[in-house]
Amino acid sequence: MSVVLFKAILVVLLFLISLGIAAYSTYAERKVAAFLQDRIGPDRAGPFGLLQPIADGVKMFLKEEIIPTLSDKFLFILGPSIFMVTTLMVSAVIPWGMPLEFGGEIYALQVADINIGILYILGVVSLGVYGIMIGGWASNNKYALLGAIRASSQMISYELAMGMSVVAILLMTNGSLSLNNIVEAQGTGKLYGFINVSGMNWNVFYQPVAFLIFLICAFAEANRTPFDLPESESELIGGFHTEYSSMKLGLYLFGEYINMFISSAVISCLFFGGYNFPGIDYLGTILPHNIVSIISLLVMFGKIFFFIFLFMWVRWTIPRFRYDQLMRLGWQILMPIAIVNVLLTAAAITLFGN
Amino acid sequence: MNSQIIFFILAALSIMSALFVVFSKNPIYSVIWLIVCFFTIAGHYIMLNAQFLAIVHIIVYAGAIMVLMLFTVMLLNLNKATEPHKPLLYKVAAMVSGGLMLLVLLASMRSTELGPYAAPAYSESGFVQNVGMVLFTEFLLPFEMTSVLFIAAMIGAVVLAKKEIH
Repeated sequence: MSVVLFKAILVVLLFLISLGIAAYSTYAERKVAAFLQDRIGPDRAGPFGLLQPIADGVKMFLKEEIIPTLSDKFLFILGPSIFMVTTLMVSAVIPWGMPLEFGGEIYALQVADINIGILYILGVVSLGVYGIMIGGWASNNKYALLGAIRASSQMISYELAMGMSVVAILLMTNGSLSLNNIVEAQGTGKLYGFINVSGMNWNVFYQPVAFLIFLICAFAEANRTPFDLPESESELIGGFHTEYSSMKLGLYLFGEYINMFISSAVISCLFFGGYNFPGIDYLGTILPHNIVSIISLLVMFGKIFFFIFLFMWVRWTIPRFRYDQLMRLGWQILMPIAIVNVLLTAAAITLFGN
Repeated sequence: MNSQIIFFILAALSIMSALFVVFSKNPIYSVIWLIVCFFTIAGHYIMLNAQFLAIVHIIVYAGAIMVLMLFTVMLLNLNKATEPHKPLLYKVAAMVSGGLMLLVLLASMRSTELGPYAAPAYSESGFVQNVGMVLFTEFLLPFEMTSVLFIAAMIGAVVLAKKEIH
């Protein structure tokens, strides 16, 4: 099997997994909400309501599709398409697990190991806002336009703090921007220089502040509560997707869940060691290489699922911010903290070495 | 050979999208074509082994500046009915400056020698580490001057936007 074929299969698999996880995130969200509010949640379709996402999907596809008469039809369709494409594009640079080995050839579980991985993620994320803006404007509806404007100013504001918090991580991995290198660096060396557990040298233990900033910014970038002002239904009806119906609305809702999935993956890679887990070296000595790779893949997905749960947990716990509070948090609190964090990290590395 | 084909496709796309920017009747479409144009230019950077420049180009121009541009155009609500008629002087001035620009371009094109297409050799000079190295050693002074310029612009913007305290 050639590497190109393997990558092609990986791309298709990632696409299907992203969609599958997004579909079941909608189910999980309702179950988590029900759990947190002491309800039962969806339980009619299939055992434990497990077929609910399929029922929802069929409903979405079969609904009548309405395109407002005074909307810009081309841009109205372009909006959700851009949103979906950009959310799916990020998964290309994420290392999902340790490389597999078949017949002496090594197959990395990563579509593209480019040496500007982090910048690629920031770039693609910054493009996601076009989907929302174009969709919101093309609807020719003032609520949609307001939602789109809120979304874009929010995403631009939080991108800065997000970028600054990542700089601290980059300083720690000798300036490598490749996600693969960042994850590998967290699998080697001792924690704080003396705790000798293999695969436990995670960045979160050195950079808790950067992690918190990144997490908050990830919530804002994914338009999740407490930062879901672009679609706050009590003020803007539905925000940027007010006029959308049928599967175009479905794409926006799906895109949000894929965003959550991908942000969880990025958070795991940057701060929680990616596919590394405690005792990974020991397992490597007693089990075949490929089995360890598959375990590392499962561990990675375990971490991702935990963060998806965190996203939902926060959504059903914390109320929405007011718009001026959101801006103040982004510019006057997170930005300065992120900059100071970068300076402190740089100073610490200069003084004490790594 | 392959890179030549990619280059021609990219070049054609760049020119086409740039023309659409000018000829689109709707300003929103102009902005969107400009974004497409920036992407094709980023493609040219990648062809020249300048990965870092390409991705920064996308983040800064397509991801930030054009978002603000789109923002402004959306809020202005431009359409035919509200378009004011510009005085004759403006039109003449625009024509003269455009003509002068054309003259400069033609003059510079006349003296360029167009050799055969050569695929750029693979080099690592465009990688982040190497760009950073050059930027912070050889070109440190211009780099710092640029950041001072940016700070001046930022302070200016803050002063202009600040509300008067009564």
